[in-house]
Amino acid sequence: METAAIHQRLSQSFGSGIGESRLEVKDPWIFVEPPLIADVARFVHDDPDLAFDSLSNLSALDYKAENHIQLVYHLFSYRHRHWLILKVNADRDNPVVPSVESIWKAANWHEREAYDLLGVSFTGHPDLRRILLPEDWIGHPLRKDYVEPVEYHGISTRRESLLR
Amino acid sequence: MSLVNSMPEMVLTTKADQLLNWTRKSSVWWMLFGLACCAIEMMQTQGPRADVDRFGTAPRAAPRQSDLMIVAGTLTMKMALRTKILYEQMPEPRYVISMGSCANCGGLFQLAYSVCDGVDKVIPVDVYIPGCPPRPEALTEGILKLQEKMMNEKWLVRSSAQVEAA
Amino acid sequence: MGLAGFEVEVEREGTQGLETEEMTLNMGPQHPSTHGVLRFVVKADGEVMRQAIPDIGYLHRSIEKISEKVGYHGFMPYTDRVDYVAAMFCNQGWGMACEKLANIEVPKRGEYCRVIASELNRIASHLLSVGTMILDIGATTPFFHAIREREKINDLLEELCGARLTYNYMRIGGVAWDLPPGFVERSIDFLDNFELAAREFEDLITYNKIYVERLIDVCPISAEKAINYNLTGPNLRASGVSYDVRRDDPYSIYRELDFQVPVGKGELGTVGDCFDRYIVRIREMNESVKILRQCFAQIPPGPVIAKVPRKFKPPAGDVFIRVESARGDMGWYVVSDGSEFPYRVKIRTGSFAAMSIIDAISSGIMLADLVAVIASLDIVAPEVDR
Repeated sequence: METAAIHQRLSQSFGSGIGESRLEVKDPWIFVEPPLIADVARFVHDDPDLAFDSLSNLSALDYKAENHIQLVYHLFSYRHRHWLILKVNADRDNPVVPSVESIWKAANWHEREAYDLLGVSFTGHPDLRRILLPEDWIGHPLRKDYVEPVEYHGISTRRESLLR
Repeated sequence: MSLVNSMPEMVLTTKADQLLNWTRKSSVWWMLFGLACCAIEMMQTQGPRADVDRFGTAPRAAPRQSDLMIVAGTLTMKMALRTKILYEQMPEPRYVISMGSCANCGGLFQLAYSVCDGVDKVIPVDVYIPGCPPRPEALTEGILKLQEKMMNEKWLVRSSAQVEAA
Repeated sequence: MGLAGFEVEVEREGTQGLETEEMTLNMGPQHPSTHGVLRFVVKADGEVMRQAIPDIGYLHRSIEKISEKVGYHGFMPYTDRVDYVAAMFCNQGWGMACEKLANIEVPKRGEYCRVIASELNRIASHLLSVGTMILDIGATTPFFHAIREREKINDLLEELCGARLTYNYMRIGGVAWDLPPGFVERSIDFLDNFELAAREFEDLITYNKIYVERLIDVCPISAEKAINYNLTGPNLRASGVSYDVRRDDPYSIYRELDFQVPVGKGELGTVGDCFDRYIVRIREMNESVKILRQCFAQIPPGPVIAKVPRKFKPPAGDVFIRVESARGDMGWYVVSDGSEFPYRVKIRTGSFAAMSIIDAISSGIMLADLVAVIASLDIVAPEVDR
């Protein structure tokens, strides 16, 4: 099914919660309002014509200039062999988004990584804690205004001879 | 009273030292501490072509049973703390070979926020092997250099530092 | 669960007045298993595990953030380190993502060189993964057979690009160097010898009774669970789902090649158990040999790289492409803002999902089976941590 048709289906069910779609780009996507993402995810997973049974990728990126953090969901259906890309813009100062972990278990670790590296909180996630960095790390490194620490537990982070 | 570093330098004691060192260098058992890409080259060095077993080395799983720790791969900050603990668990005399650019100085990951730039920030290193990753022949040469270093150590004979202190 | 044919008693309370207690054990990050720095916190009741919680991040080298500092061309060597055992696929993924962003077409001969390098690397990666799996189970000899064959592939790839492990062979727009003279003949020689060596390998270990007993019926993963956890590649195919990016969503020149996609059928145990994951990899190696022979026969003359500017500035936008790597399909999500540095690169790897499923499938098996499961899922630490 093409993204235009999926956009129509979703707009019928969710009304104003579905934002605009960009269809003319290489990988067309659909914007979704942050509070609705879990419901939209449940819908596209359960509906027999859509049947998106696999979350292929969940990325988070920091748009400092526009003051939001964007989450990008790449969904794939093994039954119908079609793709869907959903984008969610969360507020940069307090990014809170409902978790889709109960629908696709693959989201469990992807959401933990988004929390670890960008600071996005997912409500309803069973175990939201740091996954790649040590538990006592300060800051969220993939944000654009991240400043690297000078030392960690007494180990300096700079190699004196290297120009940065 | 310990015999270590207590004897004057005579033919008998230096030959005894050499015998001790020869037995030690011919049986260097190293701890499996492959962290990243260099670990694969370490495995290939154990393979049939660049067989490093013929120098008497053998891989061991636990630090308590090993003489040598080959740090093969990038050391992240999370791992650096554990590396110190593992080094302290090794019984003396213990040696460390830093294999590859990442273990020497951070390598191409010096731009990273979570990488410790070189294993010598955490533990003392005896031999540095450059390469990314070093060939099996390079690792073999590093082990032979370490064996040379071991041959020159003084155990029974009073080392010059002790003489000056006395 | 556990060894086939044995009854594993999980509830043993009150046996002659003995009480058992659950222990929390630590496995890793330094351990004799060869898959890199991974740590498991294992809650075990005697030999039987209740839960194995993975703890990752010991090899997090912030490769994604480095891309924003080094630019598109400069990022190619870093992609090797994302999965160093199968580095050609990572190179290809990055190349394809940048080419899709900037609408660059790779010349035909360049595509053939890419596929030749990738399929040789696939054989090398499967040899290493199967060899270390066998070593972890306890059989030492087949590991050396696998390493010996892998040395020959290392020689071929060293002829091609100068490096044995982290190749940096591909560039945006094609590959760096053409096939050297005599390469095709030497490779076909190698393939002939490899078929004999693979048969010897199979006689040695594949249907060995002890090996089979260690692997069948251990942690079978159903197709629905595999899809829900986003397992990909050989792990997914072993659970019965016949999906391969090369055949079903073809990229590069895979449309012109004829090959089968092996799927796990549970021929000796249950569908999706450890033995299925092992046998799918063995069969994929044979398929790669077929693909290579076709490539060597069909490769056309011509340039190997398209003209790409030194300061590569693709138009603003984002793309998502997938490459069928040895460990699953690797997804590359690249966002560009029009400048010569990428805005964000996200790499979704097969081992990340495979590591996340271990917690869910590891209750009720023995500690020795945990080693078999980790090895059969073919997890490498850099793919999990990046």
